[in-house]
Amino acid sequence: MKICVLVKEVPDAAVQKRIDSSTGRMDRSGEKNLNPYDTHAIEAAMQIREGGTVEVDEIVAVTMGPESAVRALHKAVSLGADRSVHLTDAALAGSDVAATGYALAQTLKRESPDLVLLGQQSDDGECYTIGAVVAEHLQMPSLTQVIKMDVEPDKLRCERQAEYGYDTVEVRLPAVISVGDAINEPRYPSLKAIMGAKKKQLDTVAAADADIDTSKVGGEYSAAHWLAAKAPPAKAAGTIIEDEDTGETVEKIVAWLDERKLI
Amino acid sequence: MADILVYALHYEGAINKNSLGAVSEGAALASELGGECHVIVVGGDDLTDDLCASVGNWGATKVYRVNAPEGLAQPVVDAMAKVIGDDGHGYALFGGGLLGFEVGAGLAARLGAGVAMEVTAVRAQDGKLVAERPILGDSAISEIAFRSPVGIIIGRLNAFEAKETGGGPAAVQDVEVELSPHAQQATMIQRGEQRGADVDIEGADVLVAGGRGLGKPEGFELVEELAKAFGGNSAVAATRAVVDAGWYPYAAQIGQTGKTVAPKLYLAAGISGAIQHKVGMQSSENIVAINKDANAPIFEFSDLGVVGDLNKIVPKLTEAIKAKKGS
Ligand SMILES: Cc1cc2nc3c(=O)[nH]c(=O)nc-3n(C[C@H](O)[C@H](O)[C@H](O)COP(=O)(O)OP(=O)(O)OC[C@H]3O[C@@H](n4cnc5c(N)ncnc54)[C@H](O)[C@@H]3O)c2cc1C
Ligand SMILES: Nc1ncnc2c1ncn2[C@@H]1O[C@H](COP(=O)(O)O)[C@@H](O)[C@H]1O
Repeated sequence: MKICVLVKEVPDAAVQKRIDSSTGRMDRSGEKNLNPYDTHAIEAAMQIREGGTVEVDEIVAVTMGPESAVRALHKAVSLGADRSVHLTDAALAGSDVAATGYALAQTLKRESPDLVLLGQQSDDGECYTIGAVVAEHLQMPSLTQVIKMDVEPDKLRCERQAEYGYDTVEVRLPAVISVGDAINEPRYPSLKAIMGAKKKQLDTVAAADADIDTSKVGGEYSAAHWLAAKAPPAKAAGTIIEDEDTGETVEKIVAWLDERKLI
Repeated sequence: MADILVYALHYEGAINKNSLGAVSEGAALASELGGECHVIVVGGDDLTDDLCASVGNWGATKVYRVNAPEGLAQPVVDAMAKVIGDDGHGYALFGGGLLGFEVGAGLAARLGAGVAMEVTAVRAQDGKLVAERPILGDSAISEIAFRSPVGIIIGRLNAFEAKETGGGPAAVQDVEVELSPHAQQATMIQRGEQRGADVDIEGADVLVAGGRGLGKPEGFELVEELAKAFGGNSAVAATRAVVDAGWYPYAAQIGQTGKTVAPKLYLAAGISGAIQHKVGMQSSENIVAINKDANAPIFEFSDLGVVGDLNKIVPKLTEAIKAKKGS
């Protein structure tokens, strides 16, 4: 079985996110890291490999992003991927969700995976939908937010929470699955794995290499386009108490609640 | 082109409230565009004539009924692609939830259409729809328009209010859809399993909510004690993180795939305030949060934010409230 894991580079959680007012796109400068949700997808691939029910030949991390995204791939490899693929091309900049999913699907076709895994959401994009777009282009079944996955040679038994409770769904392979963060506890990479990550094979792929029709991608061509950005309606800032002396803190909370007749 | 197609999710013979919100929104927008709002439902025998026609009461004029597996996205993509291909709707609209995200995204891929998700408002402008989507942890709102013949708009949970218009029954039209091969590769084994006890959080005046910051399942004892101290009509609620982990019952979950609540007091302990949680509780009258991370998003929408360790604060707060009540 060959597993491809889609990973993304996102602004570090500690960095203030902002919009570039000239383009309306996210300002992607500043510290970057591997999307934390994607570490669960890599871990899920590792657990399939170690589970022994199926033979995993290869785990390949795949990303689309600028040059700096290489670091996210190194991180993915340090967490267990055998090699990585970096789709990068100026023509892809500013792609919307649908265009990103299309470009990733074209790249995945070169690999012919039996299973494609994704994280539950990207820390910056937050659309939780790339998986569904990729699956449609690959004509594979798919499910998002999966928190339990039992693997058999030709199918998966998946559990996830949906609108009315927990669903159990059987999905035939090949398939595209986004995993929820409750599926596992990702391991930490060993120092050796971190040091070795840069030596593993990393293929850089341009749009043409993946047969990507450049009239379907990039900010200019994406079917959903940004018109303007505005500030949300102003909301009165709440009161903040820093807990230094807990007795005092609690007194303040009680007074606040009492004032509003909530006790 | 001016017609809007709304996907209505249903379960056990009832249409989802967020879907009905989308129908109301679709009807209002379609009339501005000079078109009609149509609904598509996908499922089995519980989609009776009466149930389908009832969406007329929220402003739809026609309902397409498709007999196909329910609870899975890809059969719905097939069904919507067929109906839009035949009848030329200009927009597909979804209420908040989970399935709508998967269907909308799949449909965007199938039709080469633009998609906007987490949408909180839509307006008609020059005969086209413009969607508002909050971004960057809701610190800005981007406005999105569509270049493609079909625009796909996926609402955020509770973004669209269900308003009964008193419209008569909608016309029901059965549509035969041939499922694509990949839509037949997933099978629902069990749907809607309720994990954990059947607790009620929707009727409570005071909700003490616990999240991953409680550290372990036993951490819920702290918030249970606090809820008990408030007495009266109080209950304990939870985030998806702790429900998925099996620490607390699903029935107590607030958010995108849980309950929507609006108590007099919502008090969070160890909850980060993710958007998918916020959408289910932001209408609460008073919001109090205890979190040790001063940068936690929940402080952006709290009326009272307490930065500190819940393990120190919650037990003392419980004692203080008990004392206050006793006095
Ligand atoms: C499609 C989709 C649907 C979703 N639906 C829902 C939903 O319906 N409901 C929902 O809740 N979530 C939902 N989520 C998940 C959501 O994105 C968050 O992951 C989840 O709400 C986080 O839960 P949490 O706040 O308990 O955990 P975390 O985000 O891990 O936050 C824990 C917080 O506890 C704080 N903390 C830790 N220790 C202490 C301490 N000792 N004292 C004080 N504070 C402490 C930390 O600073 C942190 O802020 C959904 C996600 C997706 C993608
Ligand atoms: N540019 C990208 N390259 C590779 N994978 C991505 C990219 N963007 C999103 N993903 C994957 O899609 C998942 C969901 O992201 P999103 O739909 O943006 O919330 C992420 O967890 C990643 O696994």
